[in-house]
Amino acid sequence: MSNPLESPILFHIGPVPIASVVVETLALNLVLIGSCWLLLRREGLPRTLLIALVETIHEQLAEVLHRDPTPFLPLLGTLFLFVLSANLSAALPGVEPATARLETAAALALVVFGAVHWYGIRVCGFKAYFRHYLEPTPLLLPLHLLAELTRTLSLTLRLFGNMMSHGFVIAVLLSLAALLVPVPFMLLGVLIGVIQAYIFTVLAAVYLAAALGEHGPDHPEPDAPSAPVEPRVPTP
Amino acid sequence: MTLEHLSILAAALAVSFGALAPALAEGKAVAAAMDAIARQPDAAPVLSRTLFVGLAMIETMAIYCLVIALLLLYANPFTGGAG
Repeated sequence: MSNPLESPILFHIGPVPIASVVVETLALNLVLIGSCWLLLRREGLPRTLLIALVETIHEQLAEVLHRDPTPFLPLLGTLFLFVLSANLSAALPGVEPATARLETAAALALVVFGAVHWYGIRVCGFKAYFRHYLEPTPLLLPLHLLAELTRTLSLTLRLFGNMMSHGFVIAVLLSLAALLVPVPFMLLGVLIGVIQAYIFTVLAAVYLAAALGEHGPDHPEPDAPSAPVEPRVPTP
Repeated sequence: MTLEHLSILAAALAVSFGALAPALAEGKAVAAAMDAIARQPDAAPVLSRTLFVGLAMIETMAIYCLVIALLLLYANPFTGGAG
């Protein structure tokens, strides 16, 4: 079994080594963009399904964010679709999912890390956003900074660990009993892929909601009867 | 017993104990969520979403142990690269 922490290098462009996961990610992006472009061009069932999918994502994000998710839909929806298709590409023969590599997962988590601060500063303002690091007392500043680091790390390792370990389990099973036995586990892999994509997106939305706090024009009144309880998620 | 043997043993221990506690914790979380959904089926969407996020948090601990085990097996800093 190959080392799961190393990426095989496919070829070099000048001095820059290009790993196979980079080519895979670019191909996946092209397929996603191309299929969306093709499906949205004419009326029909695929177009309706695509619109229904986007509306479902919109609905789910509205419940997590407790505000109009339209400004965040491009980022979070794209994250969901990319992670989902990358995870599900494990079901294709000969394709290793791009998210089973540490680099891809780290890049996605860094995008979330950057976006949380970007939206936080834009919505709350520079001073108000950084003041929440000093609450309830400035003594907790190191803990806040540590939480920022560990949650990005855990976002990376969760996606990478789940997808990579599943590939590992199937490899072990293949070496034990190659015929038919790994099939139910591969089915389980499809389920795990969908759940991990969902969890990645929901966690990104939860971090975003925490950074936005109570600011913003679309935030519902605290006394509104339909306002659901805000999920208070501890940072690991 | 050389450092390589110790690393393999440590990797096995890390995964086994790292799987034990999160499994118990996830069982408790799922049981509590099932109980809550049985009492209040209307709240099922909110409960299951919170459950999934919570399970992901708990699971992270097991994943940390897995990563430590992989580091010991494949990128051990004490045995000079591959263990």
